[in-house]
Amino acid sequence: MFANFDFDVIARTWQVLIFQGLAFTLQVTVLAMAGGVVLGTLLAMMRLSSIKPLSWVAAGYVNLLRSIPLVLVIFWFYFLVPYIGAWIIGSPTPIKVGAFTSALLTFILFEACYYCEIMRAGIQSIPSGQASAAQALGLNYWQLMAHVVLPQALRNMTPVLLTQTIVLFQDVSLVYIISLPDFVTIASKVAQRDGRLIEMYLFVAVVYLVICLILSYWVKRLQSRIAIAR
Amino acid sequence: MNYNWNWGIFFELSPDASGTYLQTLISGLGWTLATGLVAWVVALSLGALVGTVRTLPVPWLVRLGNGYVELFRNIPLLVQMFLWFFVVPELLPREWGNWIKQLPNASFWTAVVALGLFTSARVAEQVRAGIQSLPRGQLAAGTALGLTLSQSYRHVLLPMALRIILPPLTSEFLNIIKNSAVALTIGLMELTARARSMQEFSFQVFEAFTAATLIYLAVNGVVVLGMRGVERWLAVPGYIGGRTR
Repeated sequence: MFANFDFDVIARTWQVLIFQGLAFTLQVTVLAMAGGVVLGTLLAMMRLSSIKPLSWVAAGYVNLLRSIPLVLVIFWFYFLVPYIGAWIIGSPTPIKVGAFTSALLTFILFEACYYCEIMRAGIQSIPSGQASAAQALGLNYWQLMAHVVLPQALRNMTPVLLTQTIVLFQDVSLVYIISLPDFVTIASKVAQRDGRLIEMYLFVAVVYLVICLILSYWVKRLQSRIAIAR
Repeated sequence: MNYNWNWGIFFELSPDASGTYLQTLISGLGWTLATGLVAWVVALSLGALVGTVRTLPVPWLVRLGNGYVELFRNIPLLVQMFLWFFVVPELLPREWGNWIKQLPNASFWTAVVALGLFTSARVAEQVRAGIQSLPRGQLAAGTALGLTLSQSYRHVLLPMALRIILPPLTSEFLNIIKNSAVALTIGLMELTARARSMQEFSFQVFEAFTAATLIYLAVNGVVVLGMRGVERWLAVPGYIGGRTR
């Protein structure tokens, strides 16, 4: 069955695939996770805020982005970011935004919605007596959040946040639609150049499968460790 | 911001001569819904089957089910679409491969298979969790009443589990509609693809994407409202969120 196949194409190109493509994907994943968790936590605090307009804005943003396909969100930001950038620096023409920045911004703004829902659940899982106790001790809102609530929420939610990050890692492959040089895009370019679609896509699938299996196994172990500690 | 807004664009004829831009978007919506619904049938039936198998007292079946879920959950949907579209027809015997490639609407059927299997792994995970959330006594009680294992599943465990997991299944259904947009990479002209081609022909980027966004929001709203009714109708009395009488 594999007689006509030329797996040599992988041996010839794996360095480009891994060190450029996969490296791009991983960089976007890690930075988008960091930015997304920070922004998501802020959004969660806004959603739980007693100031109604703040909570409406956050809820509206999160629900809007969660109801449309990521593919559409990527298109939106791909065309919007140059205009927003131009608006910020007051330039009359849309500015040029690099591939990496564009992808990173998109994923931070999109994944923040999912991290927001996770962090909201995390914050809500903290007994309200702790907030009262902190207030009785004279802590203000930011001190309460920074020293009491968020450290626990973050700790409890770490496995869920990491699982979402595995989803994010897979979602980064969708930048293929705007031809950013991620793992899938580079592999498909090589595949088309050399006429080796089958070998390339099988290779890509196996690499993703192995990485995600390792990551989810690791998250599962982490989860059981945290579960015992509590 | 110097962008020329033109909201009248939706009533202009699109260059593919199939009607106005609005009509092409609507027909895109049709493909989105068709893909989502047919794939949902695949996902629900396979997912229920695999999820059930993963709770059976047969170790090798459980391992097989776990392997199935891990396989379909740990490869990005885009890559799975490519595998079904480019790779699978080549790996099959030549006549079968040619038959697949010559199917009318090949990208639609490929998208249905890819999306259905991808989502079935997620459904299987929910079904397994639903069955395992039931008290162990239920299976034991079924056995004590003289039911066989399959009768216990058929009459006791599955009816309960499926009703309990309805809310997460609703969000999987919303996901499958959203994920059908990934099929534009294999040439399916669904809603997002239509919005993109409208943008390419007319250069009215933001009008096209605004329209697509509003349509997705409307579909989402309809599904959420509809499922809320179904959930209320099927909720298990006595559970939190269930009917109280």
